[in-house]
Amino acid sequence: MSKSRNAAVSKKLVGLADLVIASAAKKKDPVIQIPVRSLSNVSFNEKKGFIEMGSTKQARTFFNMAMAKKFMQTMLVADALNELQSADLTTSLREIYYRTKHTMGDSHENTFDDQAESDPVIEDLEVSLAALREEFHVRAENAGTIIGPVVFEDDGDRVDCAKLGKGGYSVPSIVEEEYLKIKKCSADFILLIEKGTQWNRLAEDKFWRKYNCILLTGNGQPPRGVRRLARRLHEEKKLPVYVLVDNDPWGYYIYSVVKQGSINLAFESQRMAIPNARFVGLSSADPEKYSLPRNVGIKLNDKDIARAKELLNYPWFQKKHWQVEVKRMLSSGLKFELDALANKDFQFLTNTYLPKKLKEKDWLD
Amino acid sequence: MTKTKAAAAPPPAPKPPKAPKPRAAGKTADEMGKQQREISVSEFFTKNRHLLGFDNPRKALLTAVKEAVDNALDASEEAGILPEVVVKLEAVAAGDGPPPRVSDATRFRVTVVDYGPGIVRDQIPRIFAKLLYGSKFHRLRMSRGQQGIGISAAGMYGQLTTGKPVKIISRTRADKPAHYFEIQIDTKKNEPIVLEKKEIEWETHRGTQVTIEMEGRYQKGRASVDEYMELSSVSNPHAKFTYISPEGETKVYNRTIHELPEPPKEIKPHPQGIELGMLLRMLQDTKSHWLSGFLSTDFSRVSAQTAEEICKAAGINSHKRPKDVVGQDAEKIYKAIQATKLMAPPTNCLSPIGEKAILAGLYKQIKGEFYTAVTRPPSVYRGNPFVIEAGLAYGKHPELAAAEAAQQVKAPLAEGEKAAGEDNELARVMRFANRVPLQYQQSACSTFKAVLDTTWKNYGVSQSRGAPPAGPMVVFVHMASVWVPFTSESKEAIADYDEIRKEITLALREAGRRLGVFLKRRSKAHDEYKRRNVFELYIEEVVGACKRLKGGRFAEERLRKQLTEMAKKLTGGEKTDALVDEKSSPHGLPHSIIVTAEGVEGDVPSDVPPPAEIAEVVHEAAAQDQQAEAKAEAVEDKPAKKTKAKKAKPVKKAKPKSKAKPVKKKGKR
Repeated sequence: MSKSRNAAVSKKLVGLADLVIASAAKKKDPVIQIPVRSLSNVSFNEKKGFIEMGSTKQARTFFNMAMAKKFMQTMLVADALNELQSADLTTSLREIYYRTKHTMGDSHENTFDDQAESDPVIEDLEVSLAALREEFHVRAENAGTIIGPVVFEDDGDRVDCAKLGKGGYSVPSIVEEEYLKIKKCSADFILLIEKGTQWNRLAEDKFWRKYNCILLTGNGQPPRGVRRLARRLHEEKKLPVYVLVDNDPWGYYIYSVVKQGSINLAFESQRMAIPNARFVGLSSADPEKYSLPRNVGIKLNDKDIARAKELLNYPWFQKKHWQVEVKRMLSSGLKFELDALANKDFQFLTNTYLPKKLKEKDWLD
Repeated sequence: MTKTKAAAAPPPAPKPPKAPKPRAAGKTADEMGKQQREISVSEFFTKNRHLLGFDNPRKALLTAVKEAVDNALDASEEAGILPEVVVKLEAVAAGDGPPPRVSDATRFRVTVVDYGPGIVRDQIPRIFAKLLYGSKFHRLRMSRGQQGIGISAAGMYGQLTTGKPVKIISRTRADKPAHYFEIQIDTKKNEPIVLEKKEIEWETHRGTQVTIEMEGRYQKGRASVDEYMELSSVSNPHAKFTYISPEGETKVYNRTIHELPEPPKEIKPHPQGIELGMLLRMLQDTKSHWLSGFLSTDFSRVSAQTAEEICKAAGINSHKRPKDVVGQDAEKIYKAIQATKLMAPPTNCLSPIGEKAILAGLYKQIKGEFYTAVTRPPSVYRGNPFVIEAGLAYGKHPELAAAEAAQQVKAPLAEGEKAAGEDNELARVMRFANRVPLQYQQSACSTFKAVLDTTWKNYGVSQSRGAPPAGPMVVFVHMASVWVPFTSESKEAIADYDEIRKEITLALREAGRRLGVFLKRRSKAHDEYKRRNVFELYIEEVVGACKRLKGGRFAEERLRKQLTEMAKKLTGGEKTDALVDEKSSPHGLPHSIIVTAEGVEGDVPSDVPPPAEIAEVVHEAAAQDQQAEAKAEAVEDKPAKKTKAKKAKPVKKAKPKSKAKPVKKKGKR
């Protein structure tokens, strides 16, 4: 990463120390303003097509019993992040946790008891300092895979994703220009698949070669790297994005995260969201259309139903066809996995389902 | 229990002529008749020893000690003497030869000495070698023993397992000789056999010594003799115990209460507390001539008028002779009694331990930081009056806690680890019936069930479902009654009557509430300290982070000082310190003791008797004997006794009495 950018991030982190020093000099309680990351503080920008973070902020003060520890932890994490900047290293969330954990003074109290305490502090800093996690040099695990007619340059190595057998290329968690360059791309579209198993099916069947597309998976909720890479390909190479997920509330939500961004990371929507992404399936209309027998469905449990009802209330699910889509699932009382297509034929997805969907432009927007 | 059914069976019916060749299997009624005979209590016992608490060698040792100590305490108290009991256990070889290691020993000699009133010579054999002989069964009066089985059963157990007789020395006053007896029990006739009796020299001026040699096992821990001694000293703070363990270790449990408990009074049975069989027996035994007279004189709470009403309701002539009221008639009377509205039995016959004495007992034996005691008003179950008392000892004595903290290795905690002191030991429940510790069958006991049922979480103590509360805590429960309903003859668990359970629960709740108040105050004080402490810790961290972020280029000391000052201002500074101290006083907590690092607050007992009571340590000098005897006589004369007790009330602070000690020592032989 460029030195100037490092310096900018570093300046923001050191600014926290200045804030504490300045407040103390004025005998004032030091305060860090942290934008609230919850449904109440996001709004759906219909014009732009993604979720934006509101302006509600929470004051984190030091001299308040309920917040003192959090404040102290925030300072420790800021210190650790700044250390990464000066050393120009990247690290994981877990390493940040270990780096900042120690016993305080002569007490038995630890600065952090487990990682669940330090992770949100990093997100707090991201939003309050308006910096990206990548800029903080914190990476997640490589949880995504890509295959198809695209060539990257990664640390000076040329990676041709059309020549990686059926395993594909593991998507790094940081895919910014400085780290990963898109050298060449001749694909016509991107297919983002929820499940690794179905991605494997399509990769093995060389679906991408036949339809000249890129196959991308995030193994469940796609991590930032996968979302960001899809967005870059979409933006820079003008590739349409199609999303293939299970037919359940979680599948719908995955699609909505790719399309409009997530509530928790609303501040990153503008560089992550793909407002033009399309939903190819599984739709609650598909079981009938593709005559999937009822017995390969799974009964919706209480949690599923509650989640589906939540979705119906989200502003970005208000389009009529989406209300119909979700309500149809609720009234059928069933959910279907992508894997259930194998009931018809092992290659039903590759040879029948997707070709038909794409040919008929049978998708939701 | 005295006779088998077979003994009372009707005579055999005439039989058909015998078959020429009797079958190999099967007996004739004649043959069977020859085998049918009376079984004595003693024989019954030898086959059913578990009913009386002699099921295994370890328990047998405990039961023997327990029975002997119960008798010693009961006798001393009844005679108006502050009890002093010495218990000695010795391991002995089964044959000839040196005594084995204590842990391997299977035979023990149990010696219990008391300095009580002694026993008149003629009664000695029967008291120690006749089952169901004693003064306690025939009256309704609160006492430790109830049936008169205990000590003779222990003697018989010894005789059965070792063949050795029970040895007794007893003396009733200094100017009379001491009598030495060796007694065995005739197990068929339930009669004592005196093997030897003589007058001997005895250094003790008055009292009784029993020695039983028996099969046993000695092991410390739960339900051990050691635990029994500890528990007894908690429930009898007015008694002095000396315990010499088989390992030769001597433990002395001193008195912390220097007055005798109020002597319990004898009462007549309440008519609604007896069963039909008992009524039948009383009808036969009574001295009254008329049925109505019998009802009004032999029972409590039955007036002449009520007696008439009962007879009328039963449809039986009130002038009928009680001896003639049998069968149907007796049953009618029994039913009429149950249907009549009667006053509850008198409750002044009970002598609870009392809040002060419970506190003293707990404080002496348990090193905690909070103690409280509750004595409930008397209540009644099935016509029997009873009183429930509860006590709590909570926490770790500040000295202990400090020592523990000093010992602890200061290692940082790993993920998932807990700091020391957060361990989840369960509370210990101490159960007593008429001051006797109950050490077996805890889960069958009404007291334990009540402890489980109490919602301790309401009082700031954690508790898992179906478990006793967790924490450094001792729960004390005592039931005093003229008749404690046990679940079995071995007297190990109190039967779960609704009325009893309710009273226990109420007592525990009150004690729990006080504990809750204490814990709340303590945690409030603790929080204030912690709050400041926490800021101090965090300030260090924040200053450190700032220092690193700034690359060391700033006035570190100044920032630390500024933040520390703000923290101090926020937590109230010295004002808080004063506030915190004030809050920890026992103000508003009745019958409680609070121990802090600074000292002890509340009704703290002392183990040095006030000077006025030196005279009461009776066995020490012959001259004092007379005085004590006068006192023993005064037991009957209640007003006299009462003034005595009042005069003897101990002064609270122990310090001025340090002079008393040497006097006492000099008095010893």
